[in-house]
Amino acid sequence: MALLEIEDLHASVDGHEILKGVNLTMNAGEVHSIMGPNGSGKSTLAQVLARRETYEVTRGKVLFDGKDLLEMKPEDAACQGVFMAFQYPVEIPGIGNAYFLRSAMNAVRKYHGQDELDAMDFLPLYKERLKLLEMDEKLMNRSVNEGFSGGEKKRNEILQLAMLEPKLAILDETDSGLDIDALRIVAQGVNAMRSPERGFLVITHYQRLLDYITTDFVHVLVDGKIARSGGPELALELEEKGYGWAETEAGISA
Amino acid sequence: MSSSVDTIRDLALQDYKWGFVTDVEEDRVPKGLNEDIVRLISARKGEPEFMLEWRLNALRHWFKMEREKGEPKWANITFGPIDYQDIVYYSAPKQKPRLENLEAVDPEILRTYEKLGIPLEEQKLLAGVAVDAVFDSVSVATTFKGKLAEMGVIFCSFSEAVKNHPDLVKKYLGSVVPHTDNFFAALNAAVFTDGSFVYVPKGVRCPMELSTYFRINAAETGQFERTLIIADEGSYVSYLEGCTAPIRDTNQLHAAVVELIALDNATIKYSTVQNWYPGDKEGRGGIYNFVTKRGKCLGKNSKISWTQVETGSAITWKYPGCILQGDNSVGEFYSVALTNNRQQADTGTKMIHIGKNTRSTIVSKGISAGRGQNTYRGLVKILKGATGARNYTQCDSLLIGDRCGAHTFPYIDVRNSTAKMEHEASTSKIGENQLFYLRQRGLKTEDAVSMIVNGFCKTVFKELPMEFAVEAQKLLGVSLEGSVG
Ligand SMILES: Nc1ncnc2c1ncn2[C@@H]1O[C@H](COP(=O)(O)OP(=O)(O)O)[C@@H](O)[C@H]1O
Ligand SMILES: [Mg+2]
Repeated sequence: MALLEIEDLHASVDGHEILKGVNLTMNAGEVHSIMGPNGSGKSTLAQVLARRETYEVTRGKVLFDGKDLLEMKPEDAACQGVFMAFQYPVEIPGIGNAYFLRSAMNAVRKYHGQDELDAMDFLPLYKERLKLLEMDEKLMNRSVNEGFSGGEKKRNEILQLAMLEPKLAILDETDSGLDIDALRIVAQGVNAMRSPERGFLVITHYQRLLDYITTDFVHVLVDGKIARSGGPELALELEEKGYGWAETEAGISA
Repeated sequence: MSSSVDTIRDLALQDYKWGFVTDVEEDRVPKGLNEDIVRLISARKGEPEFMLEWRLNALRHWFKMEREKGEPKWANITFGPIDYQDIVYYSAPKQKPRLENLEAVDPEILRTYEKLGIPLEEQKLLAGVAVDAVFDSVSVATTFKGKLAEMGVIFCSFSEAVKNHPDLVKKYLGSVVPHTDNFFAALNAAVFTDGSFVYVPKGVRCPMELSTYFRINAAETGQFERTLIIADEGSYVSYLEGCTAPIRDTNQLHAAVVELIALDNATIKYSTVQNWYPGDKEGRGGIYNFVTKRGKCLGKNSKISWTQVETGSAITWKYPGCILQGDNSVGEFYSVALTNNRQQADTGTKMIHIGKNTRSTIVSKGISAGRGQNTYRGLVKILKGATGARNYTQCDSLLIGDRCGAHTFPYIDVRNSTAKMEHEASTSKIGENQLFYLRQRGLKTEDAVSMIVNGFCKTVFKELPMEFAVEAQKLLGVSLEGSVG
């Protein structure tokens, strides 16, 4: 059974159709990259999979681990193992980063009928993961994302990924806005999280992230549809020829 | 978008859990307000002559105010006419006239407090909290009195203080909030029935939190309690106040007065968690909470700190303030006010800087949900002699949904050019993006709302004593339940 099966997915926002029939199958252990020009619907796809309610699914089917993902609320999807690293992480003033993370982990544990983690269980793991992402321990008591630099915010997303250990990790342009060091650290975090049980959907506008994260498949999203799919070589080809090439090759006129 | 806002709205429609009525026999005076009623109240309480005179004087002033202007009209609240002749001004559970110990308290009343989570039996009390319980108009029990007395701390009902410590009462009663202060203060002075009294002697650090729990039970009654706290030189006291009332579909009036006096180097910390019945979703019933609270930093280096969490009442009209008379004295006001459904709150503070190098801090967090209307109203006044005075004001509003309102009226009156004033204000909305972010990490919607609101209130909650902070957080969560769907 595939980890994720997307079939003819159509979705709209405020009455505008943005996804126009997306098909994609991912097995556990695989890394799939989604590339595409700005506005092609990459974030929309991510948000739909994370079950954001402002995105309306008008047609299609999504199975996650064999279950109907489109039936789930965001928190159910999250507890079932869908994680999305936000393109624009959100600030939660007054709530400490560590407290927030522990609350999130406990929400997931509670959902599965497991005991909650207390601070003693939580801290060693947290510190270890902070190290992996080369993050300052001082961030622990700062409010969630408040006053974080762009790079810190993105690293914080990967920290959460590393703590929550989801089955499906969706990274929405985690690389954009990062300098080369931050990019390396983020990639290092992602690579450390790769496992045969876990799938990654890595959304990126640029090929450069794929220098650091080895991808199994590349899909090019154009105007709400996957125009081309292929192996890692497709990313290089895109880099060379631009998105216009992918569109025409696929016979889509922009 | 809409579904998240609905979620928030539903969360705001949480039912009131403290709304039961206790069945006890009451001793009440007839409805209405006149000199005979005041005499009757004074007689019921066995008061000395000076108290009766004080009350009658206030009553005459109140009648004058009522004839001329009526209730103050400047607040951002609306309510129908209040018939002051249709209120019972004294209602007490029938029992032995004086309570020497808890065995003498009607077991029904003790059960009420237990239901409310306030066990009065001393052995069950959290170590470190002494409780005075006021049921309708009278104080029914004060715990840990003996232990406090060893240190010279007086913690008793107001009635007892009038009898046993008349000199202190005479000296300070009305010295911070005179009966002429405002309409409701005059009314309270005439008919107040009980309340708490605290005196902390020189150099004593009160070894436990002192706490009063107010409960309105009887129908058609008003509650008019009066609290007087005096911290003598170099002393410290932390005082907590909580309150609830049964669900009734008519409005009930609560007009309390609190006076605090801090002498040289003394500190008073006063914390309130106000959870009077707020009325139903359509705004029927609920307590009208018209309260005057003020502290006077009389001595140099004295400090008075108010912390309030206001989640209840149909109307809250309340401005705990500080008169910073002593040089180097410090006034603080930390407030969380939540209005949900049809609740209205017009609350804030007054900081009056008189002495040199006086400092004040104001942190106000207003949360509006449902059709709630939340107003911050604050006055910072720096008088001529207050050289080197400083004020910092931070005033934040959080909106949940789009049918509620937040308003701020900060008044600043500076008459000394050396004053330093800082003011920050913000208004924000719980965003769908914040909620989605938290839900994407696995939190349920109501937990997500609770987390966002608690984060918003954090700077105020950290001023509360630990047990109270936990309770306040829970209360906020409960008061918001149903505001999101
Ligand atoms: N809330 C919204 N309302 C209207 N249009 C939107 C909204 N969100 C996204 N869109 C539109 O949907 C299209 C796809 O957006 P998005 O999924 O963010 O693209 P990408 O991530 O590939 O850049 C864009 O044309 C964008 O303008
Ligand atoms: Mg995007």
